[in-house]
Amino acid sequence: MTDTVDTAKESPDTEQPWAELGLKQDEYESIKEILGRRPTSSELAMYSVMWSEHCSYKSSKVHLRQFGDKAPKTDVLLVGIGENAGVVDIGDGWAVTFKVESHNHPSYVEPYQGAATGVGGIVRDIISMGARPIAIMDSLRFGPADAPDTKRVLPGVVAGIGGYGNCLGLPNIGGELVFDESYAGNPLVNALCIGSMKHEDIHLASAKGVGNLVVLYGARTGGDGIGGVSVLASETFDADGPAKRPSVQVGDPFMEKLLIEATLEVLHAGLVEGIQDLGGAGISCATSELASNGEGGMHVYLDRVLLRDASLSPEEILMSESQERMCAVVTPEKIDAFMVLCKKWDVEAVVIGAVTDSGRLVIEWHGETIVDVPPRSVAHDGPVYNRPFHRPSWQDALQADEPTGERIPRPSTPEALKQTLIDLISSPNLVSKSWVTSQYDRYVMGNTILAQPEDAGMIRVDEESGLGVAISTDCNSRFAKLDPYAGAQLALAESYRNISVAGAKPLAVTNCLNFGSPEDPEVMWQFAQATTGLADACLELGIPVTGGNVSFYNQTGDTAIHPTPVVGVLGVIDDVDRRTPIAWEDDGELIYILGDTADEFAGSEWAHLQGHLGGLPPKVNLPMERLLSEIMVAASRDGMISAAHDVSDGGVGVAITEMALRANIGARFWIPDNIDPFVFLFSESTARAIAVIARTEELRFTEMCAARGMSATRFGVVDSGLGADSGYPGEQVIVIDSQFTFTIAALRTANEATLPALFGG
Amino acid sequence: MDARIGVVTFPGSLDDADAARAIRIAGATPVALWHGDANLHDVDAVVLPGGFSYGDYLRCGAIAKFAPVMSLIIEKAQVGLPVLGICNGFQILCESHLLPGALTRNDHQHFICRDQKLRIESTETLWTTDFAPGQEIIIPLKNGEGGFVASEAILDELFAENRVIATYLDGNPNGSYRDIAGISNKAGNVVGLMPHPEHAVEELTGPTTDGIPFFTSVLKSLVGAS
Amino acid sequence: MARVVVNVALKPEILDPQGRAVQGALGRLGLTGVSDVRQGKQFIIDLDGELEGDRAGLMEKLAGELLSNPVIEDFTLTVEN
Repeated sequence: MTDTVDTAKESPDTEQPWAELGLKQDEYESIKEILGRRPTSSELAMYSVMWSEHCSYKSSKVHLRQFGDKAPKTDVLLVGIGENAGVVDIGDGWAVTFKVESHNHPSYVEPYQGAATGVGGIVRDIISMGARPIAIMDSLRFGPADAPDTKRVLPGVVAGIGGYGNCLGLPNIGGELVFDESYAGNPLVNALCIGSMKHEDIHLASAKGVGNLVVLYGARTGGDGIGGVSVLASETFDADGPAKRPSVQVGDPFMEKLLIEATLEVLHAGLVEGIQDLGGAGISCATSELASNGEGGMHVYLDRVLLRDASLSPEEILMSESQERMCAVVTPEKIDAFMVLCKKWDVEAVVIGAVTDSGRLVIEWHGETIVDVPPRSVAHDGPVYNRPFHRPSWQDALQADEPTGERIPRPSTPEALKQTLIDLISSPNLVSKSWVTSQYDRYVMGNTILAQPEDAGMIRVDEESGLGVAISTDCNSRFAKLDPYAGAQLALAESYRNISVAGAKPLAVTNCLNFGSPEDPEVMWQFAQATTGLADACLELGIPVTGGNVSFYNQTGDTAIHPTPVVGVLGVIDDVDRRTPIAWEDDGELIYILGDTADEFAGSEWAHLQGHLGGLPPKVNLPMERLLSEIMVAASRDGMISAAHDVSDGGVGVAITEMALRANIGARFWIPDNIDPFVFLFSESTARAIAVIARTEELRFTEMCAARGMSATRFGVVDSGLGADSGYPGEQVIVIDSQFTFTIAALRTANEATLPALFGG
Repeated sequence: MDARIGVVTFPGSLDDADAARAIRIAGATPVALWHGDANLHDVDAVVLPGGFSYGDYLRCGAIAKFAPVMSLIIEKAQVGLPVLGICNGFQILCESHLLPGALTRNDHQHFICRDQKLRIESTETLWTTDFAPGQEIIIPLKNGEGGFVASEAILDELFAENRVIATYLDGNPNGSYRDIAGISNKAGNVVGLMPHPEHAVEELTGPTTDGIPFFTSVLKSLVGAS
Repeated sequence: MARVVVNVALKPEILDPQGRAVQGALGRLGLTGVSDVRQGKQFIIDLDGELEGDRAGLMEKLAGELLSNPVIEDFTLTVEN
């Protein structure tokens, strides 16, 4: 017996499983009030998925508002928050759209498919804006590297991202790989995609034009992920772990590739009025969002949906999260041409309904009305919570616990410093990521200018002019735990710095906010602080947030993950030929450090290795970050600079090691005057970069820094001939005067052995 | 009049645009060929590009070999049309029996993308005349099913007839028998290569520009013929 | 109605890294004495009517050309009615 609207009117007291579907009592009452009756089971299914945390952002909306309220004035934003992805003008009639999204819980349950479908979902968001996807990145966080569950999850996640992304033909140009006890049981998989288009190609998700047809195209609908959205993203795992295993979504990257080509063709042929991808909440989401963004009404015949499994009930069809599906609004005059292009790519398409001016979303199942709702109530006017929050009782004590020399012994002898560097560069968070990145295609499309292990990923957008974009995703969640406001600002600062060092001017921001349960006031405080910090910093740096994603409920039992606000800054470079790589090349080139180094070890990699987390994170200095950015971009544009690298995790010592490993050429360094060697080498003060300058450019560069008020201290010189005098004839070595010497080969062994040893060669 | 080199696009082909770019850089005109169109549009040579045609379903290249354009390519290849199969293209050539042997899953089970050192073994095929014998080059390799296998008899024959066009140096990345990275047919007009020369044609985006000679070689043979 | 089942496996002389990986896993999970594991594919094809005459010949041909690659794979074909 189908539960129709008429049946619902006639049976107001029927018991409904709203709790099992993840709704709260007051939400259920609210639905009855909106409809003036009890919902049908199909309507209940729709509301339960669309009002889930993952889809409605009910706990985060009040805080995310700040990104709009405090948005800096800027000319570059073509599409802001609220659409599938933000769109930024990069010049010459080109635009770029980008966004990062999480797929955390599914990746814990089924690592390969969870990660794969995460990539699929974000790519569809990008094509639904009218862009051709041009690159992806992945930001990954796992429990301790040697934990058995990490061995279960990590290889599957990497294989899934590679398997899906490679088959789509998207170069993977970077990301993050972080191991921390905090993520045991709650891995984080954040996937980013960028797409490019000409201004005139921008499309939005709206259903306009009464009588226009609503077309569902792509893969057939099956039982994938039913209940996934409301069940997985809105509740935490209990300590029993993966025993609770709801159905996961399974991806087909080949179908997605066909979908990309078919979608771009129909868009370029001008056959589409509005377009929406089907992600979390599938058809429920696509129809209600398209309807509420357009004329306000839509009539859908659910039985026309092409099914993989004929036994699905209408509720299941509405909640299905089958992958690789899109929804387009097409005028009756153009529908035939639309169908022809879909057929060319062997993509199935079916008209499932039409746009109306009724102001209602009406869905029929074999002639009976099973849904009749105001679409805005489903898609936009869901519950908004003002969840209580308060500063954790332990925060003061945590911040007071600075890793001073009295509390934790610091290395002071050359031998101890040498050991510290080896310990750092062989520690899981600082090792070479090539075990991961070699499973990803970085070359496809032939426009990859920079990729891991460079500071940012950089893609050439226009082959004629050399116009390009750069992007980096960053977050230090230990900093965010110590101080969520500063931590979010530090994540922004690091991403901003990374792309600037590569030579790109920062333009806009995306973010993926990964937190514990919003029902915990201490977690909610972290979220409120982080969003405020990020909004304030974006305003100060003049770059707007264009969109992003929130992932709550990342916790097992009572223990939440560290607050992890991942920030992605996008920048533009006029000519990719001018990009700045991290590797030096020529003997005699001078190595400078820009910025100021202070004694700041709270939350540092060094402290992490000592098992310590406490104190206040390194000071945020946004005016200095801005100055550094301007200098690095100008130096790149004017050809003053041969190579550069930002200083972050592990400080200067790790930064110069990374440069040396990439260059495979030795260099000599000395500790500047008046600074303790340990502090200089391993402190994590912000707003610093290392620049490699040819002798012929030195004067021009130092004068520019002096004129702008940026401290620039020479502390090294490239030298491929140091081996003989330092006891390693024939080898490339790094010498730190009066401290220690390393062969690059030894550094490489330490840096490259860790991941293969843990996860297989 | 520029030489015309066709690049076939199957559903799932990925490196077709990159092959077209390489052809342009080499000085010829790329011509897009659609899998469903049994027409070669007067091209002088054909490239089967890399990618995941048909999602690599069934077996890599197994479904592509039945595409309408392929029956024409197989026919013309047998009477001298130069054909270069890169990665998935190599897989399609083996499935079509234009080349012997087959490509199987990488022995270490992972997809691998790396800058691969190769030695050019034969400079007598239409696609390798612009190299010096024994020349060492570096071009990107990226695949999950790149292990070339064939019977001992066929392997011996390939080496004896100088039909192994390239071998892997500095480590075998996929378990290919006898480190074979690429082979040709007896006539030397059909070449299959696992690594990707089309990704090594610009200083800015590739590890080297060592891929260009593959594309310029065939132009010389076409000029000679006309 | 006829059901054709085609089993495809790599020829014995071809390296089967997936089979080897499975063999390792079985051992780690406590199954001793596993001397070999080969991983293959199974195609289940449901046909209207009976499989006979030319149609049977075509099915056999396609099993050997499309469903398997004779260079590296062997197949068996059974018919269930």
